[in-house]
Amino acid sequence: MKIKQLASIAVFLTGFFLGVSSIQAAEPVVILNVSYDPTRELYQEFNAAFAKHWLAKTGQKVTIKQSHGGSSKQARAVIDGLEADVVTLALAYDVDAISEKAALIPSNWQTRFPQNSAPYTSTIAFLVRKGNPKGIKDWDDLVKPGVSVITPNPKTSGVARWNYLAAWGYALRQSGHDEAKAKEFIAQLFKNVPVLDSGARGATTTFVEHGIGDVLINWENEILLGGEGLGKDKFDVVVPPTSILAEPTVSLVDKIVDKRGTRTVAQAYLEYLYSEEGQEISAKHYYRPRLPSVAAKYTKFPKLELFTLQEFFGDWQKANKTHFADGGTFDQVYLQLSKERR
Amino acid sequence: MNTSIIAAGKDLQWKDSLTTESSLVRRLLIAAAFLYLTLFLFVPLVAIFSEALKHGLSGYIESFFNEDALAAIRLTLLVAAVAVPLNAVFGVAAAWAIAKFEFVGKQALITLIDMPLAVSPVIAGLIYVLLFGAQGWLGTWLAEHDIKIIFALPGIVLATIFVTVPFVARELIPLMQSQGREEEEAAITLGASGWQMFRRVTLPNIKWSLLYGVILCNARAMGEFGAVSVVSGHIRGLTNTMPLHVEILYNEYNAVSAFAVASLLTLLAIVTLSAKVLIERKTASPDRLKSRR
Repeated sequence: MKIKQLASIAVFLTGFFLGVSSIQAAEPVVILNVSYDPTRELYQEFNAAFAKHWLAKTGQKVTIKQSHGGSSKQARAVIDGLEADVVTLALAYDVDAISEKAALIPSNWQTRFPQNSAPYTSTIAFLVRKGNPKGIKDWDDLVKPGVSVITPNPKTSGVARWNYLAAWGYALRQSGHDEAKAKEFIAQLFKNVPVLDSGARGATTTFVEHGIGDVLINWENEILLGGEGLGKDKFDVVVPPTSILAEPTVSLVDKIVDKRGTRTVAQAYLEYLYSEEGQEISAKHYYRPRLPSVAAKYTKFPKLELFTLQEFFGDWQKANKTHFADGGTFDQVYLQLSKERR
Repeated sequence: MNTSIIAAGKDLQWKDSLTTESSLVRRLLIAAAFLYLTLFLFVPLVAIFSEALKHGLSGYIESFFNEDALAAIRLTLLVAAVAVPLNAVFGVAAAWAIAKFEFVGKQALITLIDMPLAVSPVIAGLIYVLLFGAQGWLGTWLAEHDIKIIFALPGIVLATIFVTVPFVARELIPLMQSQGREEEEAAITLGASGWQMFRRVTLPNIKWSLLYGVILCNARAMGEFGAVSVVSGHIRGLTNTMPLHVEILYNEYNAVSAFAVASLLTLLAIVTLSAKVLIERKTASPDRLKSRR
């Protein structure tokens, strides 16, 4: 009899605690999205949309905190202990770095979400002064003498690496895969670069607000935002006939979501980027949507021929080793240039 | 020519026997100093306020009434409220030890107190990342015990303390050294306890310098950018202090709000400076000098 009573008390207690924990699941939750520079406006709107969607679906209130900065710098912060539930960075290499250096993310992370874990894409384009006084139309116009080019530092900036690889890929295509000629092209290009900012937003500010340079190479989304948002009367957008398909990638940070118990909501958050509404918001903020139905609606994206990273460089690990690691082609080119300048 | 030199010479005897410049040179120098200050200090200050008020007073006030701005203001005040008292206590203790006693390693202690002035704030931030970061020396242990230091309030407070350590101590050391220890010794001989001596003799002697040091320390604590930027993680509404918030707003092309928050920081600086001037007057007043001698 006593045992039965005890058992019923135990059952009651278990039920009580389970009940409490299920109530807890519906309690407000906070997740942190560590992202790169130009996504500020995108995630501001997307976060509000997701919070609304999640509340309607589950009854749980979710707050998404944001942190922005240069992509590699942000990856470094996550490695050093910034507790991101999700990262939405400029290139796969930075997520790889988190996976390698801190083991917070499994190495197969890129296969966990559709389309290489890149819910939206972009490309690399140019912003020029109104009326395009230097007549810049394609990549080879950037290496002409007297053209001042603004691009950030590929050592610290995600977009600068995309810029670099886009120019390299263009030169490879022009020269019939001649690596030496591509390197020469890059050397010519960087000869025209007066300042190397540390991040995409810094480079835009240099060009737009400080008035330095004839052409800014940057994310298409940053260029379109800069061109339309900051002064249609001051700048023109130039999209070259060929450029690279840039895939900014997203991932859960597994160790953190498991520790904080936020896996479900973080997973749903990233999945929602692929939804109709998520894609609409991406497109609105000048990121090229993946969903064909949304892409069809937004005609503001110029048509151009896009080559992929895989086509010329294999993957990010390889591209990084050849071009951006210490002693890579960027270091070689820069060393050469600083010798010439002396 | 001759007469003017003689006239200037007469002037000299009257005013200040150390200067030998003619009044023209003096006026030119003063004008140059004023011009310099106007160009590099006053004009930028005016620019901050005019940019901030570009869209009128309502736009200015609106800049403060959003969650992120309020959180940044709260965080800045909180960090200063922790860092400044700690540094005040440490500064008094260190200055006391250095000024009144001889001990081995005194010179080393003075050098250490000065170090934050010599070290770049970025390094100040990075040393804490190296110590407490997830990959740092104590990282694993901290993670096991679920203690967050970097990219959270403790890290920001630590970095702020680091860069503001010298201000109070530096202000007090020369004063306490010049005062010597006779008054304290007299108090002890007359039967005062250690605490009584400190409260009745030491503290009244140093109070204005202490306050001055605290004010400088506070100004730096609220304005610190570099060291805090490294350990903050830049989470909006959580770990952004006012200087970091200004940078974010500016990078978002939100110049009005950026300058509005910057103007608030500037106002804090102006209040600080006014307090400093008041205190300097107090320190220079005759009864104060009498009491010191």
